[in-house]
Amino acid sequence: MPSFEKSFTLHVPSSTENLALIRDFVGNIGAKAGFDENEINKITLAVDEAVANVIEHAYGSDATREVTIRAVLDADALRFDIIDNGRGFDPGLIKQKDLEQLVKERRSGGLGLRLIRTVMDDVQYQIKPGEKNELRMVKKLKKR
Amino acid sequence: MATTFQIGRSEQGSTRILTLDGYLDAHTAPAFEKAIQEEFEGGRKNIVVDCARLTYISSAGLGVFMSFIEEIREAGGDIRLAAIIPKVYQVFEVLGFPTLFQIFDNTPAAVASFERS
Repeated sequence: MPSFEKSFTLHVPSSTENLALIRDFVGNIGAKAGFDENEINKITLAVDEAVANVIEHAYGSDATREVTIRAVLDADALRFDIIDNGRGFDPGLIKQKDLEQLVKERRSGGLGLRLIRTVMDDVQYQIKPGEKNELRMVKKLKKR
Repeated sequence: MATTFQIGRSEQGSTRILTLDGYLDAHTAPAFEKAIQEEFEGGRKNIVVDCARLTYISSAGLGVFMSFIEEIREAGGDIRLAAIIPKVYQVFEVLGFPTLFQIFDNTPAAVASFERS
């Protein structure tokens, strides 16, 4: 079978108002890739979390900025790249705290990253603050 | 954009019931946070959150539950959840929420649990 790669890109203003629209985009591509509903829900959640992080942390909720969501589908996997040019941060430096600890500290942060890492097969970051930050998340297709 | 998240409020005995309708994400979580804050400040600390019509939740929504639970429990109250659909429950489960919160099959059962205690 010849190899193929399809790419779909969405550019949206950096506002949480657009998260629902982004979830629709991700859900449609997940279905096109052949994932079941359960997997589509997980992938959609991961992209939602990643974009919400960009809006809040990279852009400080500045709605005049832009986030790019690129989906790349090939024979083996569906990959989502979340691209921004805001303040980048290295998620590797963020210590994962357990749930009880977050509750005691009355903190709700850190959950998004944990969700992304739990539901996706591979997560990588390329950070150049102010220039280009890119988060790549891969979900492998099940072999048929 | 159309309203995509609504919170209904009702009361049964000393228990306050918040009914969530729609999706709870980073966009709508602040409204939920405000609602819980208002209930707590109004002295209502036995809170049932009816999730039957909650169609989606992300960490921003989960964070609201997390940031209030300690304070409300210290005041002798609790936030108890009811009627969570499987898609939403899956997210609770991924993060280990079922060990932190009491979750009931339906709202009457959650309300009754407060009446017993």
